[in-house]
Amino acid sequence: MSKEPVAVTGIGQTKHVAARRDVSIAGLVREAAQRALDDAELTWADIDAVVIGKAPDFFEGVMMPELYLADALGAVGKPMLRVHTAGSVGGSTALVAANLVAARVHGTVLTVAFEKQSESNAMWGLSLPIPFQQPLLAGAGGFFAPHVRAYMRRTGAPDTVGSLVAYKDRRNALKNPYAHLHEHDITLEKVQASPMLWDPIRYSETCPSSDGACAMVLTDRAGAARAPRPAAWMLGGAMRSEPTLFAGKDAVSPQAGKDCAADVYRQAGIADPRRDIDAVEMYVPFSWYEPMWLENLGFADEGEGWKLTESGVTELDGDLPVNMSGGVLSTNPIGASGMIRFAEAALQVRGQAGEHQVDGARKVLGHAYGGGSQFFSMWLVGAEPPDA
Amino acid sequence: MPEVLKAPLVVEFPFTRSLGPVQSAFLTGLRDRVVLGVRTGDGRTLVPPVEYDPVTAEEIRDLVEVAPTGTVTTWAWNHEPRRGQPLETPFAWVLVRLDGADTALLHALDAPGPEAVHTDMRVRVRWADDRVGAITDIACFEPYDGDAAQPTGHSGEFADPVTGIVAAARLDYTYSPGRAQTAYINALADRRAVGERCPACRKVYVPPRGACPTCGVATSEQVEVGPAGTVTTFCIVNIKAKNLDIEVPYVYAHIALDGADLALHGRIGGIPYDQVRMGLRVEPVWTEGGRYPDHYRPTGEPDADYETYKELL
Repeated sequence: MSKEPVAVTGIGQTKHVAARRDVSIAGLVREAAQRALDDAELTWADIDAVVIGKAPDFFEGVMMPELYLADALGAVGKPMLRVHTAGSVGGSTALVAANLVAARVHGTVLTVAFEKQSESNAMWGLSLPIPFQQPLLAGAGGFFAPHVRAYMRRTGAPDTVGSLVAYKDRRNALKNPYAHLHEHDITLEKVQASPMLWDPIRYSETCPSSDGACAMVLTDRAGAARAPRPAAWMLGGAMRSEPTLFAGKDAVSPQAGKDCAADVYRQAGIADPRRDIDAVEMYVPFSWYEPMWLENLGFADEGEGWKLTESGVTELDGDLPVNMSGGVLSTNPIGASGMIRFAEAALQVRGQAGEHQVDGARKVLGHAYGGGSQFFSMWLVGAEPPDA
Repeated sequence: MPEVLKAPLVVEFPFTRSLGPVQSAFLTGLRDRVVLGVRTGDGRTLVPPVEYDPVTAEEIRDLVEVAPTGTVTTWAWNHEPRRGQPLETPFAWVLVRLDGADTALLHALDAPGPEAVHTDMRVRVRWADDRVGAITDIACFEPYDGDAAQPTGHSGEFADPVTGIVAAARLDYTYSPGRAQTAYINALADRRAVGERCPACRKVYVPPRGACPTCGVATSEQVEVGPAGTVTTFCIVNIKAKNLDIEVPYVYAHIALDGADLALHGRIGGIPYDQVRMGLRVEPVWTEGGRYPDHYRPTGEPDADYETYKELL
């Protein structure tokens, strides 16, 4: 028996900001979930199960927050699952929810992901004082910067490429009312003049720290037929993982990422991603990850990703727009960041992305990664159902 | 087999919480010696209050005052109170259904012993002297044989509400790095870097993990590597991290010790930070009593050819 096609019929997110002091964590997830229900024109009673994700419990210090969030998400008396794959969790949460629909376990599933970084300290949570270990570094930027340098060495990319990505993403964010950073006076010169934090990564090439939540309603064909607005259809979805550090790991272009993308393309019948996919919303927490992932995901040959960025192909009006929403570089509620990528892909093929809509977007890839390039999750969504 | 290392690991952080409208009213009420619940769509009163109806999922905001007196619905004796618990002497954990409420609140009951506690016993709030808008504004409950107290008819509106709290969290662990890392750390005491070779793929892991993450087999063959190695990639750290006593800028590098099949991480010194490069040959510099090399410095050898280390970034 074939899988049930999975449709996205509702999308909701909060206006992402540095601190949402007016709401509890429950209030934050509720806001996104209610907006997703409103978009799908459904009520809490229409939801069969809830799948929730967030980054490590250490970040806010609420152990198993899903337990206390059951009321806010209408999950009392229903199945509720928590997914946990570090920064990629928003993507893998959506995929777990989608698989429940695809397997015909549930007809309509609410999936939600969040982070309230203002109540947490991610840098602390990632830098615990483990005995017998040498403290050398704090935070994610220093971890990823050497990999960026390795990419630059491997490809000979000019050192301005990262700033082009940041300048593009921050301008795209200006068109997205939900984005955290709205830098109206952004210029390329400002990006390039911003302080070097972890050379070769500049301040303006790093992601902010945000409070926010994102939610989606996923449903089967019957649910999609009742939906008031066009659905986005999942054409392929996959997750892969590999250790953070192992002999032979390619930190610049991890094998798990390549395998994950290949699986998605196989499911969706994509022979040439560069030709067959209209736009990409990928997880770029540091600007250089755009060209790195363009290669990893098969949109460019090895060593060629930066040329797409440099030549303007990834601009909003380019041939392969990347991070139309403004990306993680403009909005980073860590646990929600993967789901925001997935949701943006769905918004695009539904034609509902507003000012950052890509004309004629029919097939869009959503991508997330997490840990030390350890977890990958991706989905490809389309304007038409699979095998329609 | 030598003894495996162990050490305490304390994880603590003062987390902040934004309360939202309902918890804000509840905790502000406690500050003002008023206990507030919330009314659900079907007319029940939940104490402590929640923001969303557990039955209908509707948002609920109808705050109602209940009495500071109530009835124990169940309990458990706590023989040995721990740090941070409501009372320092043995007490009962109790669920108390306050007069006017339909659900029970978890708190402590001050009682001389378990024989003085029973389900259905009547209790009342003992307020803390210094109240700040926290659950600890109820110091505890105490036995009470009077009538139900009358609520004051508070509206649930406050002029100066508490909107956030600090929730200090602390976890005490005993950490052990395990057999393989213990051997590595012990060898470092003799200023030797000793890894383990995977019997299947022959890769040498430094530090060793006791198992090969690629092959999934146990490793035990000890292999001494280094002491010199090659900088395979690096970044220049310009921001000072809290709790890290290293002057910026400094170079954080991936260093492939000679004979190792993946890089470890270290700081580069003895050379201006802006002259560090991929391929630089380095050796460890030890300080008296240091568990690890303090940093690595250039050996003066010619740089390694990129082809020799490009798989070790």
